[in-house]
Amino acid sequence: MKYAGEFRDPALAKAMLATIEKQVADYPGVITLMEVCGTHTMSIYQHGIRNLLPKQIRLISGPGCPVCVTPIEYVDKAVAYARQADVVIATFGDMVRVPGSSSSLLREQASGAQIKIVYSPLDAVALAEKNPEKIVIFLGVGFETTAPTIAGSIVEAKKRGLKNYFVLCAHKTMPTPMAALTSDPELQVDGYICPAHVSAVIGAEAYKPLAEQFKVPCVVTGFEPLDMLRGVQMLVQQVLDGRAEVENEYQRIVKPQGNAKAQALLADVFELCDTGWRGIGMIPGSGLRIRDEFAEFDAEKQIPVEVEEPKEHEGCLCGEILKGKVTPKDCPLFRTACTPENPVGACMVSSEGTCAAEYKYGTD
Amino acid sequence: MCLAVPMKVVEIEEGTAVCEIDGVRREGSLMMLDDVAVGDYVLLHAGFAIEKIDPEEAEKTLQVFREALDAGLGAE
Ligand code: SF4
Repeated sequence: MKYAGEFRDPALAKAMLATIEKQVADYPGVITLMEVCGTHTMSIYQHGIRNLLPKQIRLISGPGCPVCVTPIEYVDKAVAYARQADVVIATFGDMVRVPGSSSSLLREQASGAQIKIVYSPLDAVALAEKNPEKIVIFLGVGFETTAPTIAGSIVEAKKRGLKNYFVLCAHKTMPTPMAALTSDPELQVDGYICPAHVSAVIGAEAYKPLAEQFKVPCVVTGFEPLDMLRGVQMLVQQVLDGRAEVENEYQRIVKPQGNAKAQALLADVFELCDTGWRGIGMIPGSGLRIRDEFAEFDAEKQIPVEVEEPKEHEGCLCGEILKGKVTPKDCPLFRTACTPENPVGACMVSSEGTCAAEYKYGTD
Repeated sequence: MCLAVPMKVVEIEEGTAVCEIDGVRREGSLMMLDDVAVGDYVLLHAGFAIEKIDPEEAEKTLQVFREALDAGLGAE
């Protein structure tokens, strides 16, 4: 695998680890670094990076799993839509097993609802075109990596003149929640491992206000093991030097200004809105909603539905986990009442969720 | 969900790139990218090519690791 295999070379990883060990050998304290991208969470667990690093470096996971940060009300709404006749819910696979207040899409499917897992939102557009008698609702969840693909699907549906394609939109943006976390006095984040592919769209410079305002080092980092180690090394160096800058480890993909075409697509179809994050709460200007010009594709505006009262699952610590305040092992339900086969919270469902990663790979 | 994979462009037709990795082929819309040519590597995500991979930058990053290795770090 070109551009992946080379960045997993064990000999080079060893050299990088030794570099980091030397770097912090005399450091008396602990440096806490947070990643805010589900793929980083997965990579850290999969490659056992946490255990490889010297004890002066602590890695914590933030709100980077798009499925996990989506409030339970959204799942409930999707479930309510799924129960309507003629509705087909089209979605990426992860959403299907997320528990809502009293049901999940998987459960609805078992009782006859039409749920279709797609690889691309464009597949959902094709599905709508092929089935004009059905109402296809795509679950628009994800950060700036994914949001342009949903914007693209809306543009495509408009081009094809479809009247039966809709999006239930709950997109979220970076880096606004990072600012919210940085100002939390309980969470002492010394540096951010900034997302890889979100940054491909928004650009490395997008973190500049964060770095400057909060004096917190930011390094855009790829998620192959070598990338992760290099990102950690760059952040540690900033901490040691007393710098707080934006650096880019992932230059092979991420440009300072990001992808202008993807940004234009986002701006055409969506506008910023206030939105709720599971665990963190409402963060002004951190979400995306469909612009009025494309209101005909907005499920919430076009298809009325009654949704049950939201009810969080008792004992689930997902909210605290998403803020990096506790780890899955602090949750009494972890591995007992809550498993990937029988998840209580969203963090145990998505492969990018911290609880799911800890369950699968966790040894520490 | 946010998985994006580096793939080689093997064909381009009408705004769509056919991409390949380890013998597996996938189509990617080029709605978000200009100037893509056959032979380029792109990052494919949810049916869209979201960015091109810069081979020179990839090489430069790898060079940093090689230098650490050459400096004798990590050798037992
Ligand atoms: S282990 Fe399960 S119940 Fe506990 S926080 Fe994680 S998802 Fe929630």
